[in-house]
Amino acid sequence: MSAATETYYDRRGILQMLGRDGLIQVILILNTIVMLGPLVIMFFAAFKTNAEIFQSPFSVPDFTNFANIAKIWTETNFLRYLINSVIVTGSSIVLILTLGTMAAYGIARYNFRGSGFVLMFFVAGLTLPLKLAIIPLFILMRDLGILNTQLSLIIIYVAMGLPTTVFIMTGFIRTLPNELEDAARMDGASEPRIMWSIMLPLVRPALVIAGIQNVVPIWNDFFFPLIFIQKDALKTLPQGLTTFMGEYTTDWGILFAGLMLSSAPVILIYIILSRQFINGMTAGAVK
Amino acid sequence: MARRLWITALIVPPLAFVALFVVYPIISAFAYAFFQWHGLARGEFVGFANFYKVLFTQPYADWTVNAFTHNVLVFFALMVLQNGIGFLLAYCVWRELPGAAFHRIAVFLPVVLSTIIVGFLFKLFLHPLFGVVNISLRGTGLGWLAQPWLGQGSTALWSLIIANAWHMVGFPTLVFLAGMQRIPGEILDAVRMETESEWVKISKVVWPLVAPSATVVFTLLFVGSFNWFELPYIMAGVDGSPHKSTDVLGLYFYRTAFGDQSGSGQDFGAGSALAVLIFVFIAVFAGFITFRLRKREIQI
Repeated sequence: MSAATETYYDRRGILQMLGRDGLIQVILILNTIVMLGPLVIMFFAAFKTNAEIFQSPFSVPDFTNFANIAKIWTETNFLRYLINSVIVTGSSIVLILTLGTMAAYGIARYNFRGSGFVLMFFVAGLTLPLKLAIIPLFILMRDLGILNTQLSLIIIYVAMGLPTTVFIMTGFIRTLPNELEDAARMDGASEPRIMWSIMLPLVRPALVIAGIQNVVPIWNDFFFPLIFIQKDALKTLPQGLTTFMGEYTTDWGILFAGLMLSSAPVILIYIILSRQFINGMTAGAVK
Repeated sequence: MARRLWITALIVPPLAFVALFVVYPIISAFAYAFFQWHGLARGEFVGFANFYKVLFTQPYADWTVNAFTHNVLVFFALMVLQNGIGFLLAYCVWRELPGAAFHRIAVFLPVVLSTIIVGFLFKLFLHPLFGVVNISLRGTGLGWLAQPWLGQGSTALWSLIIANAWHMVGFPTLVFLAGMQRIPGEILDAVRMETESEWVKISKVVWPLVAPSATVVFTLLFVGSFNWFELPYIMAGVDGSPHKSTDVLGLYFYRTAFGDQSGSGQDFGAGSALAVLIFVFIAVFAGFITFRLRKREIQI
């Protein structure tokens, strides 16, 4: 028997042994190792010294060694960056959801001339990559005197987030039934009162989707802070990370600890809310 | 009357916001490309001079072609490594074997991380002396394969592409998965009666039926590939080092508009012209791709 036929039978043997489902399991397990491996190495290295990282990158460290983390806490602006990110992201999300819901409610619940055009106007922004308008935005921010402030970032993020949010919310608010609204109107409730007390409690699921869809790109954004923010005290986390990585180039334990600390909040929230994250982040792509 | 006032109050603030901070800047971006710029001050109208400069005069013309070629390579490489593997993984998760829920969460985990974190992580892993990749190769007797991955033109761009694929493969996976889960059970039962072949099932049934997912994923990858900025900025630097082997349109545009490492050579005119060219290219081709792919979508 030739070598070629032998390997052929061997391969068939493996497939028969594993079966179709077995092969699928092997692919999935290998992929999960590739996906999580780098993060596990990062997590381990955050508790190691340089020597340990270079000699045994895969070994499990002494998790009681908080030297790297303590150093980041006391010697760097890490906490400042984290707080800045929370302020900028938080304000942006509140504004996006407020303005987005207002526009969507107006478009979806009332028939007025030009409502189709107004929706089109918002949705047109969906397809435009705002990054390429960075030069006019830079000049606009300078003319408004808000370069180097957190306001400039919040404004950009709201502008970026509104098109998708109006799109998602309009679609959702249109599906709400009319009966409640009509009954309240019959009882003499004002329009703002109907919106606030009757309709808004019903749109909460859509607000969660829209919120998550916006929060991840805003929290992770690097491009706009790079252009708008120079002051170290105002830097957001991804931007601060570049400063930090440039300062501690030789201390790898600190570098990995910095990466670990900046990714930890997002990873933890993702693990708790994975279903909402996946639904939110693919909401635009999945009909 | 009160009703009209109420609708106005709802619609006008968000509308004004989008007009001022989305529509106006984008229209200005087009206008700015036709002017000469002195630093931050707008000078005289110069027609198509800025476009001519970035497309036909040296050294700009070479830089433009070099960066554009890299974007094209990145798009096709990620089409295979990101969308191709994503489809395969989606198909595997779709079987809902034990553990599928866990694999689904794991594959999407990197997607929620900032590109900055991913970029730095891979930069450390690929370090020629202390990076875990070369340490592992040396440790397993494959030391001859150890490379300065990011330090040489032949491997730098591919290293970035692989880092991007690792970061983003979860997105096409879950979009394809959602598409597969919408395929009606009766269709799948009927297929099972007809054939045992997995290949026939994928190529003749599943692939055509997830066409809407493919349209979205392909279009988004196209837009993303030609907007690529953060990952090369972190891993290769603003100059697309070494020797512009990782230069892409995003970096090139940023350098032209805001100056390079030394802060020199800021040119809003040439930068605006590049932005317009990139914008028009993306809009035309993304529209074309969407249009062509929509036509092959089947309504169930």
